[in-house]
Amino acid sequence: MNEQTLFVVQRISAAILAPMVLVHLGLILIAVEGGLSAEEILSRTRDNVGWTLFYGLFVVSAAIHAPIGIRNILREWTRLGWKAIDGLAMLVCVILLVLGMSAVIAVF
Amino acid sequence: MEKENSLRVRVWRGSESGYWTEYAVVARDNQTVLDVVTEIQRKHEPSLAYRFACRVGVCGSCAMTVNGQPRWTCRTHVKKVAHDGQLAIEPLRNLPHIKDLVCDLEPFIDTWQRAGAIFQGQSTRSDPPQKVDPGSKPRKQADSALQCINCAVCYSACDVVHWNRRYLGPAALNRVWTLLNDERHSEQEETFNKAFSRDGCSSCHSHGNCTRFCPVELSPASSIAGLKKMAFSGPQARLAHE
Ligand code: SF4
Ligand code: SF4
Ligand code: FES
Repeated sequence: MNEQTLFVVQRISAAILAPMVLVHLGLILIAVEGGLSAEEILSRTRDNVGWTLFYGLFVVSAAIHAPIGIRNILREWTRLGWKAIDGLAMLVCVILLVLGMSAVIAVF
Repeated sequence: MEKENSLRVRVWRGSESGYWTEYAVVARDNQTVLDVVTEIQRKHEPSLAYRFACRVGVCGSCAMTVNGQPRWTCRTHVKKVAHDGQLAIEPLRNLPHIKDLVCDLEPFIDTWQRAGAIFQGQSTRSDPPQKVDPGSKPRKQADSALQCINCAVCYSACDVVHWNRRYLGPAALNRVWTLLNDERHSEQEETFNKAFSRDGCSSCHSHGNCTRFCPVELSPASSIAGLKKMAFSGPQARLAHE
């Protein structure tokens, strides 16, 4: 991916994430009212396609958005070359995808 | 009484490693920082190295760091920048230091080449001059970015350049913005791609130090913001639309 594409993709993922983060925070506030147990969470999320899609998109956007930012930070704050930087950014992307998606699948 | 009428001026001597030397210079009503440096060189320190040419803010060769901030010294009044009659004068940041107040500008000039900030026309001398509508949007946008004097003040002010010396920097990208708004420039695509290369315009943090310090009041930060917007449209699209 060239810099232009990365720039555009990072802006678009930010635009997707911004409202989603608000919904996510709101959800946390509402969900924890009156205590929170594993069963409670699962009863809400099991077989709920809407929330699964929501959090699926959330994870994908975050896994795209964050590594591009980390890539920039590594370029500015370390002496690593582009190969190492791109490798690390890819690694962060994969880790976020795996961790995020396994969480989404676990509660579905 | 004597104290009140003199400035305490610390000047950097040496290159990357060096030392400060302090001089007492007569304070005058109308005095630029370049006047002070010249007085030191003429009266106290004949071996002091510094650059200047026009002394009227045209050539862009006299930039130095004055009390921690980049300035064109020939147009900077001492009164505006001195703290309690004190000045600290050192070479520009972000460039290799050759001797005393003189920097090696090669990395700065190099950014212009790497950014594709070089006009390329199509017409020959037998063609009539190409007309540019002065009222068109691209022309107006280029307008606010013209008249750069290549002083490297913005390059020195930019923190991203400080962190990453490969970053193309504000001056070259500002020039690129004028070219991408210039319908006579034929290498739109090439220039656009160079501006969007690694360490190109997308590395800018938009924090605006370049704009704050540009002595001729250009806004490289706005030019770069314009370039970033082009990421969504590509280079020619903008000229074709307007
Ligand atoms: S706005 Fe961009 S180019 Fe200007 S000083 Fe900040 S990072 Fe550098
Ligand atoms: S943009 Fe302004 S500060 Fe930067 S080199 Fe040109 S004149 Fe100097
Ligand atoms: S000496 Fe020419 S701009 Fe200052």
